[in-house]
Amino acid sequence: MKLLRLSCLLLVLSGMLGAAHAEEFKLAVAANFAATVERLAAAFKQESGHQAVISTGATGKFYTQIVNGAPFDILLSADAHTPLKLEEGGLGVKGSRFTYAVGKLALWSAKPGLVDDKGEVLRKGEFQHLAIANPATAPYGAAAVEALKALGLYDTLLPKLVQGESIAQAHQFVASGNAELGFVALSQVFKDGAPVGGSLWRVSDKLYGEIRQDAVLLEVGKDNAAARAFLAYLKSDKATALIKSFGYER
Amino acid sequence: MNPAYQSVFLTLKLAGVVTVCLLLLGTPLAWWLARTRSRLKPVVGALVALPLVLPPTVLGFYLLLLLGPNGWGGQFTQWLGIGRLPFTFAGLVVASVLCSMPFVVQPIQNAFEAIGTRPLEVAATLGAGPWDRFVSVSLPLAAPGFMSAIVLGFAHTMGEFGLVLMVGGNIPGATRVLSVDIYDQVETLNYARAHWLSAGMVLFSFVVLFLLHRFKARPVVNP
Repeated sequence: MKLLRLSCLLLVLSGMLGAAHAEEFKLAVAANFAATVERLAAAFKQESGHQAVISTGATGKFYTQIVNGAPFDILLSADAHTPLKLEEGGLGVKGSRFTYAVGKLALWSAKPGLVDDKGEVLRKGEFQHLAIANPATAPYGAAAVEALKALGLYDTLLPKLVQGESIAQAHQFVASGNAELGFVALSQVFKDGAPVGGSLWRVSDKLYGEIRQDAVLLEVGKDNAAARAFLAYLKSDKATALIKSFGYER
Repeated sequence: MNPAYQSVFLTLKLAGVVTVCLLLLGTPLAWWLARTRSRLKPVVGALVALPLVLPPTVLGFYLLLLLGPNGWGGQFTQWLGIGRLPFTFAGLVVASVLCSMPFVVQPIQNAFEAIGTRPLEVAATLGAGPWDRFVSVSLPLAAPGFMSAIVLGFAHTMGEFGLVLMVGGNIPGATRVLSVDIYDQVETLNYARAHWLSAGMVLFSFVVLFLLHRFKARPVVNP
């Protein structure tokens, strides 16, 4: 009984201490991971008291902003080479890079039954518009082009391609029905371990190169304990399970 | 066509078509707004001015919903047999006409209002019919307003970004206009090309606005 009381007291005390040491850290996150990171940040706050200030956007834009002095502590990139470039440029902390998620590509339609689970719909070509993210700027767009080429359909379907500025816009084109189907991030159409509606094909891993999404601690956040703690939390089993429930792999 | 100039020509074509459409639509609208005593005037005036305050992405987002397969606009165009407008040049024209509307209607409306009723009454007593009064009296007197309207409508359509990004789909030769092209170049770190296109656009816009201001600074000489 005494032990129980003591541990209760300790728990309360440690909670208070945690709250007293609660810090803020600034997190720049790729748009495709936005929904996931909000859940992660909420869980992390409960555990540690630290508060993440989240900015979502395109990785390329964040790169330009960081090079020009943006005060972010952490970048959760949509690719692997931006964190590498930041590290090489002296803006990322050496040795802090790691892969927090591996993105998966999905062919999705807002219409149930349009996309079959083998992607045969692409071969039939009975649609007007196929949405993809801009392959020059978005890793998911590049992966979509890769997959289409691997299927030998790129040249045939080229006239039907419409490009969103980001994977979020490609999703918007499909969700609004203006494009009958499109390549999106699986995470956008997959919540809590299940597809969100419409019809979808999880594009085979063999058709495109791995979409590795790397995190990096930025020089600005070098001494921010909360930022470091969050990166450690991202590697935990609990965080991994949550990330997977949003359609990513690890 | 050389892809380097594709977006430039597409943009000029878009701005030209939109300006012509806006003159055809905007002139009667501006005339009505300048002359009417209807209670609908503030409503229509506010609707015309709406694109001035709305972020273009908001406008683009609603147009995407409206002109899509589930929106009544999209159902209407399909019923007409012309398919759906997003991702087409025609779609960009429709969107840009809405977005640049205030830049054309307001200068013309101001010009019509500035004429007042007196010259028209005088013309009427001299036996001029309504059409004759409009063509021989109102239009020439409102010429500076039309000049502003054409320049502003054209220039604003050229520079529009958020809207064409939302409803365009970034298709080379069809919907990838200059502003979107520049955005792409910046995003892919092709700063040299981005500079060329952007500097050209800055220069063009400056020259056009400079000419407009010079033109306006001179007293209007009636023939």
